[in-house]
Amino acid sequence: MIRDLLSVVPILSLITFLPAIGAGMILLTRAFARAEDAPRIAVNARYLALFTSMATLVLSVGLVLAFDAGETGFQFVEEAEWLGAGVAYRMGVDGISVLFVLLSAFLTPLCVLASWRSIEERVAEYMIAFLLLETLMIGVFCALDLILFYLFFEGGLIPMFLIIGIWGGANRVYAAFKFFLYTLLGSLLMLVAIIAMYIYSGTVLPEGPTMDIAALQSVAFPEGLQFWLWLAFFASFAVKLPMWPVHTWLPDAHVEAPTAGSVILAGVLLKMGGYGLLRFSLPMFPDASAFFAPMVFALSVIAIVYTSLVAFRQEDIKKLIAYSSVAHMGFVTIGIFSMTEQGVQGAIFQMLSHGVISGALFLCVGVVYDRMHTREIAFYGGLVNRMPVYAIIFMLFTMGNVGLPGTSGFIGEFLTMLGAFQVNTWVAAGAALGVILSAVYALTLYRRVVFGEITNEKLNAIDDVTTLETVYFAPLVIATIVLGVYPSIVTDMTAASVNFLLDNVAFALASGS
Amino acid sequence: MYAAIVFLPLIGCLIAGLFRKQIGARAAMFVTTGLLFVSAGLSIITFAQVAWGGVETQIVLLPWFSIGDFQASWTIRVDMLTAVMLVVVTSVSSLVHLYSIGYMEEDPDQARFFSYLSLFTFAMLMLVTADDLLQLFFGWEGVGLASYLLIGFWYKKPSANAAAIKAFVTNRVGDFGFALGVMATFAVFGTIEFDAIFSAIANDAAVTPLWSEQSSAVSETSISFLGMEFAALELIGFLLFIGAMGKSAQFFLHVWLPDAMEGPTPVSALIHAATMVTAGVFLVCRMWQVYDAAPYASMLVTIIGAVTALYAATVGVAQNDIKRVVAYSTCSQLGYMFFAAGVGAYGAAMFHLFTHAFFKALLFLGSGAVIHGLHHEQDMRLMGGVRSKMPWTWAMMIIGTLALTGVGLPMGAGLGYGFSGFFSKDTIIEAAYFAGEAGNEVGMFAFWMGVIAAFLTSFYSWRLIFMTFHGRYRGPSEVLAHAHDAPWVMRAPLVILSIGALFAGAAFFSSFVGDRSEAFWRGSVPAAHASAEGHGAADAYLEQADNTHAEDMQHETDASAAAPTVTAEEAEDEHSAGGAAAPHAVEADHHAEAADDHGGGHHPPEWVRWTPFGVTIAGFLIAVWAYLLNEGLGARIAARGGPLHAFLYNKWYFDQLYNATLVRGARGLGDLFWKGGDQKIIDGLGPNGVAAAAAFAGRRQSKSQTGYLYHYAFVMLLGVAAFASWVLFTASNSGAPS
Repeated sequence: MIRDLLSVVPILSLITFLPAIGAGMILLTRAFARAEDAPRIAVNARYLALFTSMATLVLSVGLVLAFDAGETGFQFVEEAEWLGAGVAYRMGVDGISVLFVLLSAFLTPLCVLASWRSIEERVAEYMIAFLLLETLMIGVFCALDLILFYLFFEGGLIPMFLIIGIWGGANRVYAAFKFFLYTLLGSLLMLVAIIAMYIYSGTVLPEGPTMDIAALQSVAFPEGLQFWLWLAFFASFAVKLPMWPVHTWLPDAHVEAPTAGSVILAGVLLKMGGYGLLRFSLPMFPDASAFFAPMVFALSVIAIVYTSLVAFRQEDIKKLIAYSSVAHMGFVTIGIFSMTEQGVQGAIFQMLSHGVISGALFLCVGVVYDRMHTREIAFYGGLVNRMPVYAIIFMLFTMGNVGLPGTSGFIGEFLTMLGAFQVNTWVAAGAALGVILSAVYALTLYRRVVFGEITNEKLNAIDDVTTLETVYFAPLVIATIVLGVYPSIVTDMTAASVNFLLDNVAFALASGS
Repeated sequence: MYAAIVFLPLIGCLIAGLFRKQIGARAAMFVTTGLLFVSAGLSIITFAQVAWGGVETQIVLLPWFSIGDFQASWTIRVDMLTAVMLVVVTSVSSLVHLYSIGYMEEDPDQARFFSYLSLFTFAMLMLVTADDLLQLFFGWEGVGLASYLLIGFWYKKPSANAAAIKAFVTNRVGDFGFALGVMATFAVFGTIEFDAIFSAIANDAAVTPLWSEQSSAVSETSISFLGMEFAALELIGFLLFIGAMGKSAQFFLHVWLPDAMEGPTPVSALIHAATMVTAGVFLVCRMWQVYDAAPYASMLVTIIGAVTALYAATVGVAQNDIKRVVAYSTCSQLGYMFFAAGVGAYGAAMFHLFTHAFFKALLFLGSGAVIHGLHHEQDMRLMGGVRSKMPWTWAMMIIGTLALTGVGLPMGAGLGYGFSGFFSKDTIIEAAYFAGEAGNEVGMFAFWMGVIAAFLTSFYSWRLIFMTFHGRYRGPSEVLAHAHDAPWVMRAPLVILSIGALFAGAAFFSSFVGDRSEAFWRGSVPAAHASAEGHGAADAYLEQADNTHAEDMQHETDASAAAPTVTAEEAEDEHSAGGAAAPHAVEADHHAEAADDHGGGHHPPEWVRWTPFGVTIAGFLIAVWAYLLNEGLGARIAARGGPLHAFLYNKWYFDQLYNATLVRGARGLGDLFWKGGDQKIIDGLGPNGVAAAAAFAGRRQSKSQTGYLYHYAFVMLLGVAAFASWVLFTASNSGAPS
């Protein structure tokens, strides 16, 4: 029934651009307001952002409910004339992308709530940036045209730059600079690759060159070209994920970003890299993917062990969690390039789960940062004495981060390792080392921040979580446990599309050799 | 009913944990304790049903996840092995709950404590009722979490926090092996469900490993792991055992258990003596088919178990903290269980697990009563002579000690008379001897280790009793003035446990390891004689790779069905018929013995039966001499020290070794990667290097905080614009429809 209802409207475009419309409305309220209305503008902006993002969430839930998990191809497809010559406005989702739409729509309202009190400067602009960011994120997962994808993919960084650059910490310029250099390199290479694909598709497709992703997936790129294209895309996605050794922008960006910025950065933006690998690298360049898989494995295992050890030594809470994100993304790339059902499904699951858990962990940091305005681990200690509820919440997500069975963190890690084990036991064993190390850094962090006596006088008056904070943690708590106990709600959604993808890859590999 | 057993503790945990403010600490205590007693009652009913009614069942609660062929579900499996564990876990847990009402009386955080205790119980029950390896792993890590939370319960103590992390991380090292073991199992069998694995092994079915296109019989399947070829079952057994080593604090991964004594004493009794630490033993027994067909993995289990039994006993001799002595004793007894399992005496391992749960919980709770009565003093050097102040506690501790040291008279037809530990421990020592006699060298090694450890056990246990209860009081006098027996809420659990310590061995001997074991276990672990034989078969397997275990088992079952009348010749005939190329004479002997045993029990040489008895008495006498007759002699020896004492006192310097290598190594590497790798190399050559090279641009850009943004957006849009115009241009030129 929902499906019928949704079929009469361009649902994907609606979900994608609704936040942008909300942003436009905030802009209007600001444009027509007088100077003395400033406080009211801020309040309006908050509520408008909340309502728009909630509406987007409702629509996304409807989309997921209406989604036919048994179908392998793209659903809710929209197509409209755009630039012509094979470049069109194409939207659609399959089992791989639909849950990322939901993830983005799920995290944005929480971010709005998390910024409710902590952002006091230029509230309207902040909310506009966030809503635009949501539009661009969702667009990435819905776009079925390469140029459209590229616009969303790279455009998403602009509001993120702004969020870090304007509402960020003291060292934001350096962070933005690093972020800029890395992503620029990746994005330029990807653009070149996109153009090359476009040209090549013109030589083999009867209807001329195209940017249609579905059509490009059926183009068999010659092996030599595949390698270059794969590397170019990989450069971009590896930076986004991020993979070792192009990860050093992430800790700095996280440290400088405001809490909600970190949530989105870790929760969704990193996932674009993994999504890109699944959407482009694997299906379009299967030979190159198989060829480079050992390299990806090596980089991933290094990432897991290396960044886990680095995380262990951090003195800044956010940096520690940022490094742990890099380690967790290592599981994603391992899973994807194992090219097994368990591995790829596990990678998708790991991305979704990490979106929830790391987002929640950054919110946990935000809670104490809002109160004390420092993220230095040594500053804290003994918080449980004053903040028992906070201690429980933080413990739950710490355990999720550690990958305790029963939380969503376990499923993704286990499945990706299971996938890797079938391909290469070294990789599985190396990744499993990360499971030990994650316990080391996560529990050490927890101990230093939460346990012990309060030794810092400034903490004597710190308050436990507020109602507002409880409200935005609740959905994350529920998601972490539900996904851990009954992950089928996710894996049933992704199964058909993943199998379809893997069958195609296997077919391409078999016919190629 | 089964679901109630498992989930009542979870409900208790949630009520106590989430609503402690609303209902108050007292209500939280009574709710959790009450629910646990209900759960324990139901467990005993279940035990009776399974043991005498033959009820075995698997109830699927919910599918967990299923990806391709990989399927895991939330299931409650009930068979005899589970039923034994259910009784152990819920009965000890309910008594510990009850005891804690008294012990934690003055703690401001009772509700949290009881919530954790119930959480632990739930996780442990999930572990023992698991029907596949992954749910077992869920319980496995769940008890690890609960253990972590309870060790660090007094979170203000830095030492407790450190111990909690140490426990969790060391367990994680074990879990590293466990997780890989689960993966290897799936890779070989295509399933992680117990019955499917067991029947595949029993029938030596053809399996198709995931990476291979050819199928082969299980016993001939090999698997490449980290560049080495292993027999599939050996590898699985080996990896899973690493997990068991972590959880059960076996040699190399034992370092966390003594430190875990930082937690409140009831926790030590429940988690670090009676239940959680036995999970490793349970795992090996649960997977006994794998180990029975994996002689090398079994050898490893035997060696590690035997070494642990001896190692922990030697360290226990030199400790002064009353709880640490008991902790090392636990470690040592777990070693016994493992080498029993290693030589194929799974029933004996489970039997010792069962009796040990009672007397070790008794000893811990008794120690807790002493600590409670002496104002939280744990150092035995500051105790002494408190027997008159706490006669009840003294009596209970004596019973526990008699059970632990395995006092009993090995007379009569293999049975004799004695305390619980006598039956289970002597069975294990004899099983090791039999294995050794059948040609298993590590079995003989384990036998001697077990004997020496039994001597040390007796010595350190009586040393504990004498230093604590007898002689002259050495602590501050005001503490002694207030010393008292525990209140009844704490005494009652001690009394109940002491009944178990007194009689559990005699009452259940024939069921667990005696002539009724076949009907008792019903295949969930091999019955007593079959297991001893199973190991003989495994040895044959060592020599004769083509002698498959499944056939042996088949034959043994046949043999035992016809038990008392089966003769050596018949057994041999069966073997020939089965085509097994085992050394017939040896096998036949075993079968004859099995048959014989069925009639009246093992008949080890007299000296084997009397040796444990002798060393136990010897240990006792030396303790009497050094700590009772010549009071202070032990302390003087310790004070004079010497390298041996220092070596034992410092636990063979394991902590120092691990600190110097692993902990400092991780710190050093972390710093190296961070400051050297990330900051110097990657950033130095990458972004910062670029910045330095483009210093001019950098200086200009740094003036505007959003400068990069414009560049970035500009470049990106420029690219798209260039591309779009190029598209439009070429399209219009070539005349293609746009």
